[in-house]
Amino acid sequence: MDLQPYNNLSRNLALGVIGISFIPLLLVGGLIFVQFSSIYTEKVYAHLGAVVDKHLETIDAFLAGKQYEVLYLDKAFTYEQLTTPAFLERTLKDIQQQYGRVFVDLGVIDASGRQVAYAGPFDQLGADCSEESWYVNSRDSKIAISDVFLGLHRSPHFIVTVNNSDGLRSWTLKATIDFLAFGNQVENIRIGNTGHAYIVNAQGELQTRPRSVETQALSMVASRTVQRPHTTPGVLIERSLGSDGEDYIVVSAALAGADWKLVFQQESSDALSELATAERIALLVLVAGALAILGMALFMNRKLVTRFRLIDLRTEMMNRQMIEAGKLASIGELAAGIAHEINNPVAIMIEEAGWVGDLLEDEGREMSCREEVERALAQIRTQGVRCKDITHKLLSFARQTDTRVTMVSLPELVAEVVNLSMQPARYARIEFSLNIDPHMPPIKASPTELQQVFLNLINNSIQAMEQDGGTLIISCHASPDEVFITVADTGPGIPEANLSRIFDPFFTTKPVGRGSGLGLSICYGIIHQMGGTIEVESTVGHGTSFNIRLPLQRSDTFQGGNS
Amino acid sequence: MQDGATPIRLLIVDDERGFTEVLSKRMTRRGLRVDTAASGAEAVRMLRTQDYDATIIDLKLEGMDGVEILKVFKLLDPGLPILMLTGHGSETAVKASMRLGAADYLSKPVDFEALVAKVLNVARQGGDKA
Repeated sequence: MDLQPYNNLSRNLALGVIGISFIPLLLVGGLIFVQFSSIYTEKVYAHLGAVVDKHLETIDAFLAGKQYEVLYLDKAFTYEQLTTPAFLERTLKDIQQQYGRVFVDLGVIDASGRQVAYAGPFDQLGADCSEESWYVNSRDSKIAISDVFLGLHRSPHFIVTVNNSDGLRSWTLKATIDFLAFGNQVENIRIGNTGHAYIVNAQGELQTRPRSVETQALSMVASRTVQRPHTTPGVLIERSLGSDGEDYIVVSAALAGADWKLVFQQESSDALSELATAERIALLVLVAGALAILGMALFMNRKLVTRFRLIDLRTEMMNRQMIEAGKLASIGELAAGIAHEINNPVAIMIEEAGWVGDLLEDEGREMSCREEVERALAQIRTQGVRCKDITHKLLSFARQTDTRVTMVSLPELVAEVVNLSMQPARYARIEFSLNIDPHMPPIKASPTELQQVFLNLINNSIQAMEQDGGTLIISCHASPDEVFITVADTGPGIPEANLSRIFDPFFTTKPVGRGSGLGLSICYGIIHQMGGTIEVESTVGHGTSFNIRLPLQRSDTFQGGNS
Repeated sequence: MQDGATPIRLLIVDDERGFTEVLSKRMTRRGLRVDTAASGAEAVRMLRTQDYDATIIDLKLEGMDGVEILKVFKLLDPGLPILMLTGHGSETAVKASMRLGAADYLSKPVDFEALVAKVLNVARQGGDKA
């Protein structure tokens, strides 16, 4: 059998099922994932934005508090008061009591940049500040905050300056503020493995200690600014490419009090690590789903195609059976024609013989050979009757090529078939052993089909025993609802390997041209259509037995007419 | 063996000349008056010119077949006893002819004595037809 069409069908089915299942799976899965990822990313942005905003407020408040304190001192006290060392000393103590040791020192600087008064741990009285950058940078505005610098004790500080004048002179009140505690506060903003915050000045110089040396060396190139519908005002979120090749989320916000920026940065893979987990799970589910679909598709596909092949095989078998039946029918018609053509000349021969007999009776009384002529005429008549028997048998066989169901008497039918097979059986030295219950009830069947079953089985048995002769045993008996028929022979038997295939269509062990391989499968088909079973038992060297069981329908339930 | 009285008139319709000839000889020897016809047309013509006491019609004929001849005969002479002869066991044709009023049927080759007995059995007595 050509497998190509089945392979094509199989491939198309598999592709169809996989395509139809995968497209929605990928669409729905992808859509849900994209939606989820955008929502999640938005949440992360919002969270980071909120963190930065909150800390921004804290730092702003801190800076503003210090600024106001210095401004207050400047406003509340006169130049004279402030330049009084004892007063300045006491004021420093007061604010240190209030704010802790955040305020390191206080000093007053005159217009020429000399520190004219100082209270604090260092000896800075009279120092010239005119060259200090924080002093230079503070000249333009009323109040200024310097960049952070490392003080004499290697700890970070910044200086708040307030410029003032009273018409006679102008001076500057300065306060050094310890940045350590403040810096810690910023440095303590840590999220995940890589997220940390720092403060930079207008030039981008770090004002706090970064998390590690590597991050200090890192430079960022903003790749895009994240546009969000509900951005906290003043907070800028950017996706940046770091100099180390990683993608970063950078959140920055300008501090209100100084020219500084609070920056939070985190590797995006770290910030979105849960998204990556979700991504992996989604991928896993997708792959599992795909595998399940694939497996199912292939499995269903195989089942379907096997089914198709079986149906095709059956159809082909039916077709062959139809052809076989057609052949039988045309053989039947031919036989009927021949029988009729022969009947006419035989009739004439018999009548002519009769006429000779008539003549002999009338006028041949004296003939010496009269007896011999009468014997010859009787012989002609006998042989004519024999011809008639043969043609009538042929005609009756030809007539019965239909599947009409009637009530059939098994003993009669078996006797008829055995009669037909008598001649070849005699040649093969085969004896019939019939064990048939003559009183068994008739069964509902098509006589032609039953005849075909018996003919096939008997012919097979005869052919099996052709070489050495043997005994062909046919037995029929009935139980109240079943009929048991056995056709057995004492032939060479069927090898185990062939036994399971014996009812398969086109299976034959006979030489090419001798068997169609359809006989037993036709028997099988007929018996099964009648609701019965046919089984084979065989022992190599002892013989083969076909056992048929047919359901028995009582004649009173017999409706007739259904084929 | 019709003792002196009017002999039975028999018409045999069959296209097998050999068969009708020998049958006619043997029937004549038994005292019947036999005519033969080889086709339906001939048979109908003969029935129109002559009355018969019985007929034998073969079922299978060229042209008009046995059943059709039977129908025509039944129209022309409804009381005419008709025996059908059949070469093949065509049950449908036999059943049709019996239904159409054939008296009986026999299948070829026939036993002559049985045929004669049947003819004598069904034939109208010679001359009882007006």
